[in-house]
Amino acid sequence: MADAIEINGLTKVFDGLVAVDHVSINIAEGELFGLLGPNGAGKTTLIKMLATLLMPTSGTAKVSGYDVTKDPDKVRRCIGIIFQDPSLDNRLTGKENLDFHARMYGMDRELREKRMDEVLDLVELKDKANILVENYSGGMKRRLEIARGLMHHPEVLFLDEPTLGLDPQTRRHIWEYIRNLNKKEDITIILTTHYIEEADYLCDRVAIIDYGKIVALDAPKNLKDTIGADIVSLEISDSVDKDFVAMLGKFKWIKKMKEHDGFLDLSVKNGETRIPELMNIAQKAGVVVQSVSLRKPTLEDVFLHYVGKTIREEETSVKDQVRERMRRRWHN
Amino acid sequence: MAQLINLEAIYVMWLREMKRFFRAKSRIAGSLAMPFFFLAFLGTGFMNVRFSGMPPGVNYIDFLAPGVIGMILLFASLTAGISVLWDREFGFLKEIMVTPVSRVSIVLGRILGGVSTALIQGILILLISIGMGSKIVGIFGVLSSLVFMVLISAGFVGLGIAIASRMKDIHGFSLIMNFVIMPIFLLSGALFPLEGLPTWLITLAYIDPLTYGVDGLRGCLIGISHFNLLVDFLILLCFCIVMVGIGAYLFEKTEVD
Ligand SMILES: Nc1ncnc2c1ncn2[C@@H]1O[C@H](COP(=O)(O)OP(=O)(O)OP(=O)(O)O)[C@@H](O)[C@H]1O
Ligand SMILES: [Mg+2]
Repeated sequence: MADAIEINGLTKVFDGLVAVDHVSINIAEGELFGLLGPNGAGKTTLIKMLATLLMPTSGTAKVSGYDVTKDPDKVRRCIGIIFQDPSLDNRLTGKENLDFHARMYGMDRELREKRMDEVLDLVELKDKANILVENYSGGMKRRLEIARGLMHHPEVLFLDEPTLGLDPQTRRHIWEYIRNLNKKEDITIILTTHYIEEADYLCDRVAIIDYGKIVALDAPKNLKDTIGADIVSLEISDSVDKDFVAMLGKFKWIKKMKEHDGFLDLSVKNGETRIPELMNIAQKAGVVVQSVSLRKPTLEDVFLHYVGKTIREEETSVKDQVRERMRRRWHN
Repeated sequence: MAQLINLEAIYVMWLREMKRFFRAKSRIAGSLAMPFFFLAFLGTGFMNVRFSGMPPGVNYIDFLAPGVIGMILLFASLTAGISVLWDREFGFLKEIMVTPVSRVSIVLGRILGGVSTALIQGILILLISIGMGSKIVGIFGVLSSLVFMVLISAGFVGLGIAIASRMKDIHGFSLIMNFVIMPIFLLSGALFPLEGLPTWLITLAYIDPLTYGVDGLRGCLIGISHFNLLVDFLILLCFCIVMVGIGAYLFEKTEVD
């Protein structure tokens, strides 16, 4: 299969800050590709370069065979995008926003009406279609953005955190629709997400990106297999004892250890058989274990492994970041 | 060519401007207020004052009306051009810029929308000034003044787009208000005749494109102008073409983040 997207050493520097750092990825036609990374990893910046909205500092990228810097017009003809940040006209109604989009993409009246109906149905905004967007709730605005992005069925569709902040039920609907678009309409989809289960459930391949660099790239299943063992997670009172960690380090059957907020995660084959032994060791070391859990590796663990923190820790800091952004906006 | 000039896109950009314009009733009232007060208070206040250089037999309100029309066109069209900045701030610019529509068509749609809304306001002020007793030389004068109104608006929408394309956010907006709009307005001869002014002021006035706009409007509406009407027309036309060109060029190169 031909490649829908070829990225070669793509880099973006914002006055001294390397937001995207020599990224090279090929994405096949018809693939549903996920970008997973903490806040500020460079996901949005990468997508905006592919969508011709930002000029790369160096490197090249081709979308549907067209170079994003040399042939931006042709690239734009092949792509669609759902932005992470708001991009609606609040002074227009929901329907007028969709109509604007459809006409900019040269859709004829019949198709326009059909698709508007379809996507408004999908996001359950039919009864609100004719009120001004400024009177929508946050979630309704998000749903309208999604509806708009799905309207013109491009060759390549970029979804930047499409379901962020939506309720689980709506998210499910949208997942199904995205999957359908990908499978039935053969649309190549690149999506960024904070929801591990979204990446796991939807994506053929996932790239984990951190500080602008791709640190892992494979099918979700293969990524999980690289962890290669079960995760035994010990909840330990107070802080994790250094001596205890050193002690555990001597055992060959413990493949990896990772501390995070009061938990000690151990990668262990056949985890269930090792738990009694671990309890013994803890007792000898005088460490109080408050709880033990055992699970098969998830993408979350893969993320933790490569990025060094859980995505949930990331999410709590999202609020701070938003606050920081607002501050910067009003004080410069 | 068909792709460079995308009529459907130009239409829908225009349609959007019109919808937004008619929905912002309080803003329309607000923007008409200032020219109205100029006419009502300045026109009445200076009724019996004779500026040196005022053509004989012309009342101050007759002289002022074309100037105030020029003023509303300047304000309305620069604001329309600069609305690119508001689109940037509210994120809608991304939606526009990622579509396959050529930048030229986007700019043309914006200019068409800006010119339409400015023209509506200009005509309203013209009607108000006639209602307030300002004399007009005839229907042909009114029609030819529309040509000048279009040129003034298109030129300044272009300037607005050019400025907005170079600015990252709306923080510089009041700077523009004070350092671009006010000098252009005050130097244009909208409020007082250019005759008999000191040379440095005259020089500045001659650089100001609105000078030729106001002069052209005056020539059409009250039949008296400082320059030849054809000169006004040609200079404005050049200004208009250059500004639309610069606006389109800078808009083409703008990044959206
Ligand atoms: N226009 C800009 N000017 C300066 N720095 C920027 C700009 N846009 C992004 N950055 C910086 O580039 C880095 C990457 O940002 P980006 O928005 O791509 O991250 P992200 O992975 O999308 O994060 P999130 O998960 O929060 O959406 C951040 O450090 C950000 O502050
Ligand atoms: Mg982002």
